[in-house]
Amino acid sequence: MMAKEKINETTNKKRKKQSRFISTFKRVFETVPAKTGGILLIFIIALCVLAPVFAGCDPNEMDMANALAKPSLQHLCGTDNLGRDQWARILYGGRYSLALGIIGSLFAAVGGTSLGVIAGYFGGQTENLIMRFCDVWSAIPGTLLCIVISTALGPGFFNTIIALSIGAVPNGARMTRGQILAERTKEYLEAAEAMNCSKVSIMFKHLLPNVISPTIVGTTMGIGATITQAATLSYIGLGVQPPTPEWGAMLSAGKSYVTSFPHLLLYPGIAIGLTTLAINLMGDGLRDALDPKLRK
Amino acid sequence: MKKKEFSGSPLIEVKHLKKYFNVPAGTNHAVDDVSFTIHKGETLGVVGESGCGKSTLGRTIIRLLEATDGQVLLEGKDITHVQGEALKKVREQVQIIFQDPYSSLNPRLDISRTIKEPLKRSGRFRSRAELMKETAELMDLVGIDERLREAYPHELDGGRRQRVGIARALALRPKFIVCDEPVSALDVSIQAQVLNLLMDLQDEMGMAYMFVTHDLSVVRHISDNICVMYLGQLVEKCSTQELFSNNLHPYTKALLSAIPSTDVHNPMKRIQLKGEIASPINPKPGCRFASRCPHAADACREPQQLVEVSENHFVSCCRVAEIN
Repeated sequence: MMAKEKINETTNKKRKKQSRFISTFKRVFETVPAKTGGILLIFIIALCVLAPVFAGCDPNEMDMANALAKPSLQHLCGTDNLGRDQWARILYGGRYSLALGIIGSLFAAVGGTSLGVIAGYFGGQTENLIMRFCDVWSAIPGTLLCIVISTALGPGFFNTIIALSIGAVPNGARMTRGQILAERTKEYLEAAEAMNCSKVSIMFKHLLPNVISPTIVGTTMGIGATITQAATLSYIGLGVQPPTPEWGAMLSAGKSYVTSFPHLLLYPGIAIGLTTLAINLMGDGLRDALDPKLRK
Repeated sequence: MKKKEFSGSPLIEVKHLKKYFNVPAGTNHAVDDVSFTIHKGETLGVVGESGCGKSTLGRTIIRLLEATDGQVLLEGKDITHVQGEALKKVREQVQIIFQDPYSSLNPRLDISRTIKEPLKRSGRFRSRAELMKETAELMDLVGIDERLREAYPHELDGGRRQRVGIARALALRPKFIVCDEPVSALDVSIQAQVLNLLMDLQDEMGMAYMFVTHDLSVVRHISDNICVMYLGQLVEKCSTQELFSNNLHPYTKALLSAIPSTDVHNPMKRIQLKGEIASPINPKPGCRFASRCPHAADACREPQQLVEVSENHFVSCCRVAEIN
């Protein structure tokens, strides 16, 4: 009897948990823009994952006779200065660029938000210490910091992600802390304390959801910047190593031909732009889905 | 006005409680040597003007703020410095209802989750069904319709929000509730509803209230005993009836003379206080009201004691006999 009840409870619990997650997920894609963003992103990811199917040729295969060719049926997006097919390089390059951009921005957001929440919630000396540390941190130019970290850690996918995200952490921390300054005098935090909520639960269950909105928007906007940042790294021989294609690297390689062969710049640019747009639209949807005030 | 007799050992005993804040200009004596007792089922009104330390006093008693000095006893046990599990136990017995129902509810939690939070934390309820049942009972108790379970705070009006706040405070059936101006943010018609709800709940469940307010008509309606605070100190303490009929401290007289009168034949005679309110930062010894008191004399520069002038009537004024 007891055991049966217990099983019932756990299944009930599971169902409830799931249904809240699913209902939030459904609400993200309620609006047309978020739906468009979602479909676009799935489309882009599918193209990149299935690159061998859609590319039609090897992204590193050089065809000097056809170097710098204009877009045609044979080369959908033309070829670069070494005669490599741009379309194939964009598809294969997306694998790295998407992963670097999305995971890098996510890392930065998680790190920045955690620091900001801790600083904002505890206040006083803790806040001073964290925020002054962030000031020093952000005094070093982002690109320089990125290069230094990358050099220290050496090339490699995970190291590159760390290098890319670390420069954006102080900004995220500052933004979150600013939001919390407005929120931390509110009485619901005291109420949470009076009902025995732990500090961690007050910070991350009560405080965080009320200050997360600008971070979601900021993070989704930052993905494009992270992708181009990755290009800086590969340009100086860190990060993704040539000839492995990558969107940012394609942009920087194409910039010497901007007047004569703009298609070298145009297509990778469109790829980055579309990805940022898609994720941004979804980010807006997520922000709205998490805000009960915008519920219908 | 209610009339109740209280005897036996007190539920809450506050002894020489002090709460100082260090501010750039010095030490802010927000609560300075306050002592009183509250019995089971009693409502103690605490009145005073803005900034006199009423809310700080309430928060210090229930351990949302750490006392600088003094003691708070709950049923004879010192709770001033308990930590960990013991503090958890204390917090299940003392609760607070906040002033502003617009900021005291988490905007991201719906009503049932807000009320469920303390229930979950207590660990007393094992199954989801039990939790649901208890939540529904609490909502019923404070008069929130069942259909509002999944509503969010912004969808409710001030009165309903305050009811949610009350349900949350009541969730673990505390013995003592600090009501920190719970009706001052509400319309007058809603104020009456919420006050009556609080009084009905007290009759039903027998908990004690410490009712902090600056609204004298409210405090008259709900309190059994009243403390008058001025700049962190108690200046007068007696039963509600006594306070409104036979008040002795010059500050209490001035405060009560500010109640508007509706009797056209007998217009109010307001006692106008002159002078600046003294600063609670590094206050001088002696009566803090002296700088504005029409009866101030040299003796007022000495530290004042709260003395019992008649049964259960305490006044902190050295010239009380001469004035009255």
